[in-house]
This record gives sequence, structure tokens and C-alpha cells, in this order.
Amino acid sequence: MVPLSYYLLLSSILFACGVAGFLIKRNIITIFMSIELMLNGVNLSFVAFAAHWHRLSGQVFVFFVMVVAAAEAAVGLAIIISVYRTRETLNVDQVNLLKL
Amino acid sequence: MSLHLILFLTFGAVCVAGAVNLLAQRHPINSALSLIAVMGALAGEYLLLGAEFVAAIQLIVYAGAIMVLFVFTIMLLNAGEEERTKGSRVAILLGVPGMVIGGTLVAWVLLRHSGTGSAPVGALLGDPKTIGQLLFHEFLLPFEVTSILILIAIMGAVVLASKPEATQNRKAR
Repeated sequence: MVPLSYYLLLSSILFACGVAGFLIKRNIITIFMSIELMLNGVNLSFVAFAAHWHRLSGQVFVFFVMVVAAAEAAVGLAIIISVYRTRETLNVDQVNLLKL
Repeated sequence: MSLHLILFLTFGAVCVAGAVNLLAQRHPINSALSLIAVMGALAGEYLLLGAEFVAAIQLIVYAGAIMVLFVFTIMLLNAGEEERTKGSRVAILLGVPGMVIGGTLVAWVLLRHSGTGSAPVGALLGDPKTIGQLLFHEFLLPFEVTSILILIAIMGAVVLASKPEATQNRKAR
């Protein structure tokens, strides 16, 4: 038996790693992967709470989070492709103009 | 130490190591591979929590489909190593102690004030039948709304990723 708090701690560590990656990484694709890491951390706490309170709603919510993550990945990577097409760089420090 | 705890610690260690490796690596493809490792270990954690269907979907959709999209984009754009830029010193001076204090606070609150009881293995049925019934009865409206969301996302991805000349041609016609 593993206490709920261990799962929540692991989930917060993953979320914190995602936030740190979002802030310190400079490659736009890696920043996107950090967002996925954050979503994964949240998913873990959803499933842990579902197991703790014996409610399956938490697991159903994980599916919605996954769908949102998939939609976000599809649109975001399309945006990355169009950014690369116009600027020829993936470094976010060089993407500092809204319009070219 | 029970087997459950040992498995939890093993998968958790893989998770944390993968997450830290994602931050440490400079090439995006290495970050992507360590993210796949994190997702695989998380699927193991879901199995420990009795959520077998979620674990399977995690592997198929997340570690499979979404990460393939990422790796494909990395290859398509020929992404190289990222250039490091200097962060400001004030951010490091304030940020590192702030992170340590915040992390300790969160860990203390979670370990001290949350319930310690947990479900035994296999107590919660996360099989596809139960989840499907819940999804198509209680969560039918959110399900339909997400289907519209993913439709919009498909169209948005097609519009954004299509070549600009093609869009202009369509307008000219």
C-alpha cells in the first residue's frame, strides 16, 4: 500500500520539472514537451485521487486531458512548422516579433 | 517494504530521472526519448493504482501517437542542438532559494496533511466496460464537446501547416 501523498508528491515533482523546462529551455519543441510533462503530472494526480476515493470519474477525466493534449500537440506543432517556415529558427529568443 | 511500494519507487525513480534528463539534454530528440520513458513509467504507476485501461491508453495514445508527432516534427524541421542563452543573475539568486523553499513547503504539506490511507491493488475497477458506461452516460456532453474540439484542432492543424502559396492560390481562385 502506497500512501496517496507519495503519488501527489511524484505528480508535483513532474509538474515542477515541466514548469522549469518551460522556463529554461530555448528550443520551441522542447518547451512543448515540457507542457506535455505538466499534463502528465496532472494526470497522475487525477488517477491517484480516483483510486483514493473509489470514484472512476478521475480516470474518465484523464481521457479528456489526453484529448486536449492531443489537440494541443496537433495545433501547436502546426504552429511550430509555420513559425519555422517564416523565421527559419526554433530558438524562442529569436522569435520576438508578432509580425514579420 | 511491500512489493507495491518497491514498484512505486522504481517507476517513480524512472519518472523523475526522465523528467530531469528532459531538462538536461540539449538536443530535442534526446528530450523526446526521455519523455517517452517518463510516459512508460507513468503507465506502470497507473497499473499500480488499478487503472489498467488508462495505462494502456497512456502507452498507445501518449507514448505512441503524440510522441510520434513530436519526433516527426523534430525530424521534419531538422532541429539541432539548442543554443544556450545567459539567464539573468537575479533570476538565479532569487529563483533557486525560492524553488527550494517552495518544494519543501509542498512536500511538507503533502506528507503531513493529506490522508495516508490508500486503496489496495486491484480494489478499483478501471476496466474498459465500466469506464465506457461512465463516459457514455454521465460524461456524454463533455465527450461530445471534446469531439468538436478535436475536429476544430484537425482543421486548425491543416490550415496552419499547409503551405502559404496553396492558401493564396485558393484565395485567388
